[in-house]
Amino acid sequence: MGKPEAVLSPEQEARKAWMGLLAKSDAALLAERLGALDQPKFEWLRRPEVGGVMVRGRMGGTGAPFNLGEMTVTRCSLRLATGEVGHGYVQGRDKRQAEQAALVDALMQGPRADELRDAVLAPLEAAQAATRTARAAKAAATKVDFFTMVRGED
Amino acid sequence: MYVAVKGGERAIDNAHAWLAEERRGDVTVAELTVPQIREQLALAVNRVMTEGSLYDPDLAALAIKQSRGDLIEAIFLIRAYRTTLPRIGHSHPVETDKMACDRRVSATFKDVPGGQVLGPTFDYTHRLLDFKLMAEGEVPKAAEADPRLEPTPHVTSFLNKEGLIQTEAEGDEIPPDLTREPLELPANRALRLQALTRGDEGFILSMAYSTQRGYGNSHAFVGELRIGKVAVEMDIPELGFAIEIGEVELTECETVNKFAGSKVEPPQFTRGYGLTFGQTERKAISMALVDRSLRSKELGVEVSNSPAHDEEFVLYHCDNIQATGFLEHIKLPHYVDFQSEMELVRKMRAEIASASAKEAAE
Repeated sequence: MGKPEAVLSPEQEARKAWMGLLAKSDAALLAERLGALDQPKFEWLRRPEVGGVMVRGRMGGTGAPFNLGEMTVTRCSLRLATGEVGHGYVQGRDKRQAEQAALVDALMQGPRADELRDAVLAPLEAAQAATRTARAAKAAATKVDFFTMVRGED
Repeated sequence: MYVAVKGGERAIDNAHAWLAEERRGDVTVAELTVPQIREQLALAVNRVMTEGSLYDPDLAALAIKQSRGDLIEAIFLIRAYRTTLPRIGHSHPVETDKMACDRRVSATFKDVPGGQVLGPTFDYTHRLLDFKLMAEGEVPKAAEADPRLEPTPHVTSFLNKEGLIQTEAEGDEIPPDLTREPLELPANRALRLQALTRGDEGFILSMAYSTQRGYGNSHAFVGELRIGKVAVEMDIPELGFAIEIGEVELTECETVNKFAGSKVEPPQFTRGYGLTFGQTERKAISMALVDRSLRSKELGVEVSNSPAHDEEFVLYHCDNIQATGFLEHIKLPHYVDFQSEMELVRKMRAEIASASAKEAAE
């Protein structure tokens, strides 16, 4: 189904994972975690900009695509004084969150990657997993156990 | 025709100031906040996002506050805001088979892999007013059980294995976008689905209901209804690969209809599809029924004169913002128009009066 996905290098796979995590992150938690670290110097390549992304679905869930509706996304790009370029893409309209996502993306490409992974990415991932699991647990409690009624005609 | 008039600026300013005061209501009652609306009137927020064609719960909640709870006015505000957003791009089609399901039911199969999961539903409530909600109080915690973390397969995929259901045509052609080009008929299914998603819930519901009652007779089963979150992926040009840019809550409904077969197709089940933002299941089920009804011609089933079989009727009347705009403009000043109509009526009356006077004289 669809066009085959390009094969990504391990570095690209890792970057895809952390950018996705940052895009869906809780802005307050990201600010708290990143704010506790040394802030790097950077210059803007593209200042934060709010825009719309057209979300597509598939007919019947598996067929050809159609346009469902847009979602808000904020993006920006920056370059650290040490040269790494970071891109921030976050859901919603929070420009500060986009800036922080881009900072983390840039820092993850340099010598501070381990520090960022432990102090920022790991807690964000844990928070998202906890939210997902909590909802799945409540859903599981509403699962129906059917039993077939025997018609009493004998 | 509407003719511009001048004057009334002060009256308009004062009317808007009074509107703001009325919106606030009794100041001894605490003011509603946008997060309160987002969290506690979530189904209204979901409807505004779906018909406003923009997934942003905070903005939808703001629009509901600003519109004093008039949801069509709120949808209008969201549509207007949406037009100001630069289009960053488009997503890959969302993979609803990977949805983290809060709710997932099938009316056609009792024992589906993944199970029947009711989720936070109004179904099976007694629809008695709950006076406890008039008082403040703690909500008891919802029960939990072993979470299912693996994806839940689509119910229709089981029918598909037996070949009993029509297969959806795959493809990756660029779908038309009615927010970019005006709606033209005949519309393909992609364009119809976009229009139905944005369409008024009440209108789509009534169209769907009419097919159930016999106007364009079709008997649909809900093969599957699922609600939950899915990730949204988009290609990022500066990276050269796709990343997840967020996640959205969606309601997806797949309906199945018995089809007796035609010269080229064996008897099988045909499909209708509904997909909407948030938890909006009445709309998603209605959409699936109307989608199936509008597919009659391409499926080679009988096409009646019923409204729900008429693509032009459905697509040109389902948008509540277009409908409201045209409907409500007739309350704006039409003094010149009406003056000419009055003169015409006076003239017609005078002609009739003189004709009958002449007759009497003869």
